[in-house]
Amino acid sequence: MRSPFSAAWIRRALPTGRRAVAASVVLALLVAAVVWALWPDRPGFRTESAMLTVRSGPAGDEPVDLDTTLYLPRAAAGRQVPAVLLAHGFGGNKDSVRADAEDLADRGYAVLTWTARGFGRSGGQIHLDHPDYEVRDAQRLLDWLAERPEIRTDAAGDPRVGVVGGSYGGALALLLAAQDQRVDAIIPMITWNDLARSFLPESTGAAPTDGVFKSGWAGIFFGGGGNAGSGPTGISGNATEAPEGEPAPGPPSPAPGTGPGTAPGAPSNGGGPNPSCGRFAADICAAYLRIAATGRGDQAAVDLLRRSSPAGVLDRITAPTLLVQGGADTLFPLGEADANARGIAANGTPVRVAWFTGGHDGGAGPRSDSDRVKFLTAQWLDHYVAGTGEAPRNTFTFSRIAGFDPMGRGLVATGYRTTEYPGVDGESRREVTVTGPAQPVANPPGRNPAAISSVPFAGSLSSFLSGVAGDLPGQHARFTSEPLAEAVDIVGSPTVQIRAASASGEAVLFVKLYDVDQEGGATLPSGLIAPVRLTGLPENIDAAQPVTVTLPAIVHRVEAGHRLRLVVATSDQAYATPIEPTVHTVALEAAPVSLPTVAGEQIPTDALLWRWVLVGLLAAIVVGLVVVVAVVRWRHRRQDTSVHPAYADTPLAVRHLRKEYADGFVAVSEVDFEVHPGQVVGLLGPNGAGKTTTLRVLMGLTQPTAGEIYVFGHRLVPGSPVLSRIGALVEGPGFLPHLSGLENLKAYWRATGRTVADAHFEQALEIAGLGSSVHRKVRKYSHGMKQRLAIAQAMLGLPDLLVLDEPTDGLDPPQIAEMRRVLQRYATDGRAVLVSSHLLAEVEQTCTHAVVVNKGQIVASGPVEEIVGDSPSVLFEVSDPAAARTVLDGLDGVRVLEDADGQLVVDTDGTARSEVVAELVRAGVGVNRVVPRRRLEDAFLALVGENSRGSGDR
Amino acid sequence: MMAGSTVGPTRDGDEPGRSEASSGSASSGTSSGSVPSASFGTSSRSAAGVAPSGAAAGYRPSRTLPFGAEFRRQASRRRTQLALGFMALLPLIILIAFQFGSGEEEPGRGEFGSLVSFATSGGLNFTLFSLFVSASFLLVVVVALFCGDTVASEASWGSLRYLLAIPVPRARLLAIKLLVALTYSALALLLLAGTALLIGTLRYGWSPLRSTVAAQLEPGEGLLRLLAVLGYLAVVLLVVAGLAFLLSVITDAALGAVGGAVLLWILSSILDQITALGAIRSFLPTHYSTAWLGLLSTPVQTDNIVRGTISAISYATIFWGLAFWRFTRKDVVS
Repeated sequence: MRSPFSAAWIRRALPTGRRAVAASVVLALLVAAVVWALWPDRPGFRTESAMLTVRSGPAGDEPVDLDTTLYLPRAAAGRQVPAVLLAHGFGGNKDSVRADAEDLADRGYAVLTWTARGFGRSGGQIHLDHPDYEVRDAQRLLDWLAERPEIRTDAAGDPRVGVVGGSYGGALALLLAAQDQRVDAIIPMITWNDLARSFLPESTGAAPTDGVFKSGWAGIFFGGGGNAGSGPTGISGNATEAPEGEPAPGPPSPAPGTGPGTAPGAPSNGGGPNPSCGRFAADICAAYLRIAATGRGDQAAVDLLRRSSPAGVLDRITAPTLLVQGGADTLFPLGEADANARGIAANGTPVRVAWFTGGHDGGAGPRSDSDRVKFLTAQWLDHYVAGTGEAPRNTFTFSRIAGFDPMGRGLVATGYRTTEYPGVDGESRREVTVTGPAQPVANPPGRNPAAISSVPFAGSLSSFLSGVAGDLPGQHARFTSEPLAEAVDIVGSPTVQIRAASASGEAVLFVKLYDVDQEGGATLPSGLIAPVRLTGLPENIDAAQPVTVTLPAIVHRVEAGHRLRLVVATSDQAYATPIEPTVHTVALEAAPVSLPTVAGEQIPTDALLWRWVLVGLLAAIVVGLVVVVAVVRWRHRRQDTSVHPAYADTPLAVRHLRKEYADGFVAVSEVDFEVHPGQVVGLLGPNGAGKTTTLRVLMGLTQPTAGEIYVFGHRLVPGSPVLSRIGALVEGPGFLPHLSGLENLKAYWRATGRTVADAHFEQALEIAGLGSSVHRKVRKYSHGMKQRLAIAQAMLGLPDLLVLDEPTDGLDPPQIAEMRRVLQRYATDGRAVLVSSHLLAEVEQTCTHAVVVNKGQIVASGPVEEIVGDSPSVLFEVSDPAAARTVLDGLDGVRVLEDADGQLVVDTDGTARSEVVAELVRAGVGVNRVVPRRRLEDAFLALVGENSRGSGDR
Repeated sequence: MMAGSTVGPTRDGDEPGRSEASSGSASSGTSSGSVPSASFGTSSRSAAGVAPSGAAAGYRPSRTLPFGAEFRRQASRRRTQLALGFMALLPLIILIAFQFGSGEEEPGRGEFGSLVSFATSGGLNFTLFSLFVSASFLLVVVVALFCGDTVASEASWGSLRYLLAIPVPRARLLAIKLLVALTYSALALLLLAGTALLIGTLRYGWSPLRSTVAAQLEPGEGLLRLLAVLGYLAVVLLVVAGLAFLLSVITDAALGAVGGAVLLWILSSILDQITALGAIRSFLPTHYSTAWLGLLSTPVQTDNIVRGTISAISYATIFWGLAFWRFTRKDVVS
């Protein structure tokens, strides 16, 4: 063992130069890629936060502090950039839209975000997007933007600006565009058209004064000042805070600074803070309290809500408008955007509509949806505000939930597009008949218990959890269709005609359309329901007149085999229903349910690209394989198969062989010998002389550094076919331990692919001499048995050249003697044997020729007799050693080397043995035996040197 | 270095083999005298039998190590038999375990937890459940075993050098070994699914495939989906096969190759849980390993399947390419 600290050891442990370079390059690339992917992007913008005081109010003289942040793109230094006014949702603040603002700033827009009055650190009260307050605040912000030197202007005081916002901010965008012509484009998202209709909906077309109060949502807004709307503000909403597709965070409890009445410095409400109003303006607060108390909207309250609605001012909007609305939205359903679109388009203003699967319930929606909305937003702003980019096409895009994302916990949506916006009535209609008898339904007293169709913020997830959507027995009537023969894609508002009768003459009912699968599991798409208030009802159902109910617009696919179920219920937790117990009767008109459909073309996604990538990859692999195989064949064919004429009949010729290992160790520096037919050549050398390395190269296991090997004239390289004429035992036996000896030989021969007849199993087994043990598992063999089996394996097929590495290792003396005879017999008839050994006696007795290797070099080669030579030393066995010694010492040049037990080893040094004997006899010494010491050992030691250290550890 | 040329301390020192050896030597001793020199007759050694390439008669590189020979080599191994046997046994164990069920089942986690609650609703669901529970680890180990053990174990037995000395061309040796290993891996997968389908159908009946993520699928359609799931699982496992095979070529320790592949797979799974890694995660070989669940929904979600297939095939190609590149150049010193 060498010292573990020696320099050579360290050198070997280290990778060699070329490999080290390659490894470090790969490592560096990998690290660079990871760092590049993880490195936080340096923001391409800077921000300026300021508290601006603007004057608004009916007279424009009421000061209010607005908490603002301006995002200025860095790239625009010294250049004027277009601006975007980014408004947040109800209950949020300027930080709710930070992610969107940063995205837009990265796109080169100056983005102004501010906390609306009544929220956060801004002053003032909540006037619900009142034209004189919130909208005028925004106008003052436009003035401020126009003053900024960084902002591009169309004229003095007229900044180039787009307004983007979701929900509360979306309505502000619409109202601002109607009130201020300086606005160049708007993108209102998930917002309302008529706030009165949103909170007091009625699905037969009645006025909001007859609407059914959406108490669930209203309560959340008023009581909690929740962050509704701050979630799906639009471009990315709060996607950075909540995983996409997750339901928006549940109604939060009022956090300090976000809820009404909690902000520091909130102005006192009249003579003192009204605890029931918080930061709401007094008129808004009063209207809410009236509606919430009675469950009905009076005309004054409706007028107040209409004042905050774009519905009345759409004809004044000239800024191109991109309307983005969510399908998972029980607060502002798709119909709101539809009303806005129709109103704005009526003046010829460019309008584009996009639906996605998020909304107030569904958040930003699946990734594909938020990506699409982002793309549309950027496209709209780039063209209409920045003035770059092509005009957006007027296609209508929408998406449908396709299922759960198996990779994450979210939903997956499929996007579709059509060339024209079809509205909520669809392009065509499909009719499905639902049937059922007239059924009595009871209105629960005190609104309890009530059915649950949707839970605000529960998200579109609830639509899949049929367990949540529970209708209570006795409170609903069911009408079910036959299983659908083919799937229907509903895109828009289904309509149905119902009849109702009631002793009280009036009924509040909720109409819902379920998708029922084969097992009876019912799904209420997006949890959307149609509340109706029917008045003047007869007592008898037969006298009832049919009314048409327009259900909220949905995007939903009803699979073939599913049924449609129309449910008419009396109660719902999200709405304020009459508190008196009554019983109504509900029947269905003969007219079927009318389902709007749109033939949408699927939007190609990157999935298509990936599919082509896959095809390309497979094709590349196939082509690569073909090329590699072709190149290998070509090289194989080009390979020199010519026979070296000089060695055509020589079983083995090794020429100038050199093997240097990767760590720089030279195992064989120069080996050069030949094996001729009929020879048994011994490769002799001390341990580590390079014998086994030579044999490894000879077997094609190792690539030589230099030199050639010829077998019958064929150049031998790893895998050369000529190797099949060599039988080998190198570095000990190698067998499958779980097979018997015979099975091993058979398995080996099968692997050669040659015919069994060529194997000569009997002869091989005879040589192995294992008897019945040949059927035992090899793992139970002794070392010697394995060795004999390995020799037998090497002889399978009677190869022309037999190469045996230490063949007698593990054999007992009789077996060694036997092996000697076998090898000598084998090397007949043109065959040859190469035996490597460090046992001198073995080589001397077995081999006809010997090659002596030391330290990787040949020190002698030739017939054994020649190497041994006429050894000068002779062993004399004499009767009187002492006398003999005297005699011998007297002879000139004769030296006594050893003297023991009456035997003398004498170096005669040229003096003839006969002469020495004669001298001894003459001196009266009896000579019993004279043995010439014809021993290889002497020759070997003479060649190698007694001290083999330095080569022994090779 | 020259381990083979030790001074022979074990000269018949092996106790168990001793008597055999001596008796063997006795018999060979008696027969040796009668072995005529003609026993190494000229029969096979005629110049006519030698091919122009210098090969022995009957030797053709393309015929060496036939698929069947390697298949039998591996089939005779205990670990092959045990692994395949366990694949067949596992569904039975699961079935028996379900028989002990109290009927109360906790609601599964996630949308796909329903696979557990629906497991006993029919043969197809039972099969799906069996795959679901084995896909993340058991199948990985089995595939790593078949592919990681194949070359390394030959190297550690020392039989690899004799195969190369036949000579079996190195690329051919590797190709056959890989094909056989992949065949056994596929066999294991099919055995698991087939047994599960058989006993699941016998026990729970031939009913539609259910899950909460989609409408129930008729048995025929469900069977197709099941086959698609099997196909995708097989593709994902190609990464393990590639990695284990590469390690098998690099190391001589079979355990190192199998364990290394499994360890790296686990490491990749752990990294995939860390969302902070962001986009890097999609480059992890395990990132798309659960995408097969998308095959259960209606309509079938193939986007992640396609990406997962691209990822798996790329990794497998790289690993196998490296394995071939390395093996056809390396010095076999084992």
